[in-house]
Amino acid sequence: MASLDDLKKRIASVKSTQKITKAMKMVAAAKLRRAQESAEKGRPYSEKMNNVILNLSNGISDKENAPKLLSGTGQEKTHLCVVMTSDRGLCGGFNSNIIKKAKSYFAKILDEGKELKIITVGSKGNDQLKRVYGDKIIENISFKESKNANYFDADKVGKMVIEKFEAGEFDVCTIFYNQFKNVITQIPQAQQIIPLNNEGEENSSEESYEFEPDEDEILSNLLPKNISTQIFKAMLENSASEQGSRMSAMDNATRNAGEMVDKLTIEYNRSRQAAITKELIEIISGAESL
Amino acid sequence: MSEEFKVEIVNPEKSFLVKDDVSEVVVPAFEGEMGILKDHISIISFLKPGIIKILSKSGDENYYVEDGIVEFKNNNLSILTSTIFNLADIDKSKQQDLLKLAEEEANKTDINDQSKYLADQKVEVLKTLN
Repeated sequence: MASLDDLKKRIASVKSTQKITKAMKMVAAAKLRRAQESAEKGRPYSEKMNNVILNLSNGISDKENAPKLLSGTGQEKTHLCVVMTSDRGLCGGFNSNIIKKAKSYFAKILDEGKELKIITVGSKGNDQLKRVYGDKIIENISFKESKNANYFDADKVGKMVIEKFEAGEFDVCTIFYNQFKNVITQIPQAQQIIPLNNEGEENSSEESYEFEPDEDEILSNLLPKNISTQIFKAMLENSASEQGSRMSAMDNATRNAGEMVDKLTIEYNRSRQAAITKELIEIISGAESL
Repeated sequence: MSEEFKVEIVNPEKSFLVKDDVSEVVVPAFEGEMGILKDHISIISFLKPGIIKILSKSGDENYYVEDGIVEFKNNNLSILTSTIFNLADIDKSKQQDLLKLAEEEANKTDINDQSKYLADQKVEVLKTLN
């Protein structure tokens, strides 16, 4: 059994850990509110963008000559995966969930004998992936300096993806991120952004649009923007998810620390009592033997 | 019947502006300025750098945009843009900053004709703001 002194030290250390996790929880809660707000505010833009593209692609007359970003290169040999994770740890299963999702997707692709390329956004994802898929990672981006997700950063990633696409480096692009549902639930998502996946969204409105300039030109301008927009959406969702995940992880940690302190305190009191009893017995039995 | 329709301007970060008492909007479409009134035909078009004018009962507003898409449908005008400023908020120094950026872009040699054209547009519009 640990000595009284040891127990005292352990209680003190658990208590200080609890203080840290509690503080982190508060910070995450404050940040979460902001991140959630911007994630919700950012939704109309990407939704509207999607709508416009949907209307456009329905209106396009010549499907054969549609821009490649929309229809694909016609083959599916090389897959590019953009895995978006956080730059900081201590956020529960947030990063592992994305990685798990991504890894199962990678395995599927490699099984089918296709080529795989990975871009990691956020240092945590890179740390976890480089051990197994190190040779597949072609680019590693991290936005440690930017406090909040901003469109400028997303645009950088988007431009890079498009550049690589135009250079013919890949055929299919998928992004991985966590969709924010609520504080305790984040759903890891795999979203294909090139070629654009519009299946199951057959537009019902048969309304005809007037285009100026013509459809093709609008589309070829709009699609690259859409890539950035989708990445930005993913970044917003991700940052809200990260804070939510961290908050619940830290909440759990604080509670566990509390339980541990209680347990240790009881143990401490017991051993103190035991020591006193032992001393008393010694005195009494000593007195009796006289 | 009222002659008003709804306009919504969104940028990636948030819904920038929503107004439903708008009588006319003039947007700098790619192929020239375009005025949109109520019951305009459904249209999708691009924006080039320029000024969006929103005329409404509650006063006129002017915004500077660098790019974007307009969609008009069922008397709903949506403008998607990544860079937008209210002209009332742009002061001299801000305008100079933007102008400097645009000029730098326009003077780059390694850009294609289209981006060159857009950058020149930016410079032109920003100069007229004086």
